[in-house]
Amino acid sequence: MKAEKSILPGAGSLIGKKSGAAAERAAQIVFTACASFAILAVASITLYLVLSGTPAIFQVGLKEILFSTVWAPTAAQPRYGILYVILTSVVGTGLAILLGVPVGILTAVFLAEVADERVAAVVKPAVELLAGIPSVIYGLLGIYLLNPAMYRLERWLFRDSATHQFTGGANLLSAVIVLAIMILPTVINISETAIRAVPPSIKAASLALGGSRIQTIFKSILPAAKSGIVTAVVLGVGRAIGEAMAITLVSGSSVNAPLPFRSVRFLTTAIVSEMGYSSGTHRQMLFTIGLVLFVFIMVINLILTRVLKKGGQTP
Amino acid sequence: MTGDTLYHKKKRPLEALLLGAVYGAASVSVLLLCGVIGYVFAKGAGTLSWSFLTTVTSALKQTVGIAGNLVNTLYIIVLTLLAATPIGVGAAIYLNEYAKPGRLVRLIEFTTETLSGIPSVLFGLFGMVFFGEVLGLGYSLLSGAFTLTLMVLPLIVRNAQEALRTVPDSYRSGALGMGASRWHMIRTILLPSAIPGILTGIILAVGRIVGESAALLFTAGSARLLPRLGGGLLENVKKLGGKALESGGTLTIELYLQMQNGKYDVAFGAGCVLIVIVLCINLWMKLLAGRWKTR
Amino acid sequence: MKKKSTTILALAGAVILAAGSLAGCGSNAAASSGQTDVTSESASQTSRADAASAPTDQASQADASGQEESLSGSILMVGSTSMETLATALAEGYMELHPEVTVSAEFVGSGAGIEAVLGGTADIGNSSRNLKEEEKAAGAVENVVAIDGIAVCVDPANTASGLTKQQLIDIYTGKVTNWAQAGGADVPIVVVGREAGSGTRSAFEEILGIEDQCAYANELDSTGAVMAKVASTPGAIGYVSLDVVDDTVTALPLDGVEATAENIKAGGYFLSRPFVMATMGDVSSQSPLVQDWFAYVLGEEGQAIASSVGLITVE
Repeated sequence: MKAEKSILPGAGSLIGKKSGAAAERAAQIVFTACASFAILAVASITLYLVLSGTPAIFQVGLKEILFSTVWAPTAAQPRYGILYVILTSVVGTGLAILLGVPVGILTAVFLAEVADERVAAVVKPAVELLAGIPSVIYGLLGIYLLNPAMYRLERWLFRDSATHQFTGGANLLSAVIVLAIMILPTVINISETAIRAVPPSIKAASLALGGSRIQTIFKSILPAAKSGIVTAVVLGVGRAIGEAMAITLVSGSSVNAPLPFRSVRFLTTAIVSEMGYSSGTHRQMLFTIGLVLFVFIMVINLILTRVLKKGGQTP
Repeated sequence: MTGDTLYHKKKRPLEALLLGAVYGAASVSVLLLCGVIGYVFAKGAGTLSWSFLTTVTSALKQTVGIAGNLVNTLYIIVLTLLAATPIGVGAAIYLNEYAKPGRLVRLIEFTTETLSGIPSVLFGLFGMVFFGEVLGLGYSLLSGAFTLTLMVLPLIVRNAQEALRTVPDSYRSGALGMGASRWHMIRTILLPSAIPGILTGIILAVGRIVGESAALLFTAGSARLLPRLGGGLLENVKKLGGKALESGGTLTIELYLQMQNGKYDVAFGAGCVLIVIVLCINLWMKLLAGRWKTR
Repeated sequence: MKKKSTTILALAGAVILAAGSLAGCGSNAAASSGQTDVTSESASQTSRADAASAPTDQASQADASGQEESLSGSILMVGSTSMETLATALAEGYMELHPEVTVSAEFVGSGAGIEAVLGGTADIGNSSRNLKEEEKAAGAVENVVAIDGIAVCVDPANTASGLTKQQLIDIYTGKVTNWAQAGGADVPIVVVGREAGSGTRSAFEEILGIEDQCAYANELDSTGAVMAKVASTPGAIGYVSLDVVDDTVTALPLDGVEATAENIKAGGYFLSRPFVMATMGDVSSQSPLVQDWFAYVLGEEGQAIASSVGLITVE
């Protein structure tokens, strides 16, 4: 409506005006520049991450970095192996997905198919709100509530162990739980959209053939929403692998093999926790860790574009 | 039971189990998520006070306050939006109105997608090196704002594009048919009708900026000072502008630092304020979306 | 297509140029080692003009209102988190005396602080350890402003009454894992330390002679984080600067000597290290404002503040 009104005065003043050719060209150039900004940004981010991340690779050697497990950057004989750090990010993200995605998808099913509208009308905005909660708040609750509880569990589990190194509850499991909760809103929102986008005919056909509600949901609707749900999972992976501030303190931040009750360090937390104090090769190594993370993210992005192309939709 | 079909069907245990899982998962999510907000409020409400909001933490006087951080947050929001909004809206206009499908458009769309997927800690690294060291901005609000500009750009581009798409083609052909130049058509017809969508993008961007921490820690820093005013109007304006070149931590950064130092009461207090801000942003979004739908 | 891509290239160039020119004034402003209005070098005068300050206004004002007391400008300190209490207290005290001066401090770590001074992005680099040879070779000058003790602290419920140097070494190298072996109750030890590159950590490990042999269960990236972890975790042990110790933790006597300023001065307590405010070149070669800052810090008022936050003053 609004636009229709503005059409008249706008167009009226225009008729007979021909001097706009220069402005026209300028406008096109400016808009093209704006659009190319994203290309410029990604190109320079890539460039700078590669430029600052590669010197250490040449100094230390790619084999040592990727396959050694010893991280001792300030030792007299410094070692820069980040195998455990990479594994921690992979395993931690995997576990968070295992924990968060089923809950997220089932919640999305609940919102889209099971709950009556009044319930959904309350729950849905709540989930949307939670997607906007800053990650540090999840971290705050993690260290304030989760770590002490985890320490009680740890002391009980390992009460007879002579070799276990006690972490005070700051371990992989705590970090995984925080990550799983953090990706929930993302997974719920996107899966729900995907489920709602399934054509009603599919549902109707399944019900008409005598399928029960549950059969319809799990055998017809979810498979039809597959590409949307895969998108949700991939975005969840991206969010989990890239999160730093929420888990720096919760995970204990010592470099160890990723076992549930050990203090571990992720790719992201490795950067955050040592960037302030590092210098020389050590500092360059942190940029190399950033580069490794960047490679992971680019792979995830490529997968996402593939999925979207196949599904023919945008999130 | 509503699922009655022609054939009499027995309830299968597996189905009951699945339905139970659906209800279970939903209640777990809802409880967890409501618990987060409820707990932060319960713990933080006690810390909130007028002086907490209006003073700056003092080591000599042993008082706590987040006023400086609130001001810094505002600075970052304004500076970031000043840079990101024109670029983002311009990009959306190009993609929707000028571009012909092809390599360039695909590249722009791919890079925009990529930007939205890059973790904030990598933006932080890049911002620290590029804006901080190469351009020499050091730890400053401006350096942080530039870094966040890259981060929120996709949000603004996507929402502006959405909005432009909903403008009927008849408007365009109508204006062009009457002899309007394309730029004139964009200025007088497209942009006004796309404003709600552009606003949506801006509000989402504000939400992201308010909650950001990793990208700001190494670019904008963590100082808590208020701008030091005094003197004439002109001088104050200069001082306010000069603050953009000083370092400053946003509310979220302050929350992170306080929790790191085990000052949980302050952290929860800051958390409360943050959640209230996020809540307001969400409400605003809802209002806007409602207005837009009824258009 | 070809035409389009040249346009883009040209625009990209323009953007970079614009960014560059912006950066030009930015860098001058960021490194604006403040100066008195009366005696500013012409070069920095122009830079301050770029940075939207008002050299002319202020200079004329200063001429009118008289001499020295009208110091203005800003000082940026970057560095050690251990020095946070000292640096903020000093900054506050100084700004009260000189309302026209802004002293801001970033707490990102000793290494990053010195790096910032060497790179010219900060006026002062706070370091909670002695400067390394290569840092001195690069031009950094070590100005010791206070001496700090390192306290070994445990949670308040811990019953251990003190540790010997050897016990401390055994705990941190992982030979002793239960407080029962160190004069306490049967509680597992949670070994908390700082991340590689921390000034506190390198001083601690160096004094004990256990560089790179420590088995940490938690590597945290700030002094406060160690305090918080130790205070909230039964059986935890950690090391922090003496000045931050409060009643949330218990500082253990080492070799029977309490961790107090007097004992460090007398030499009985063996864990102590210097707090350094590093500058690029001697203090006498700094801007008048930074010189005045050092006069304040090392003068009576500054040292009074240092001892009020629990540090040992330098003679």
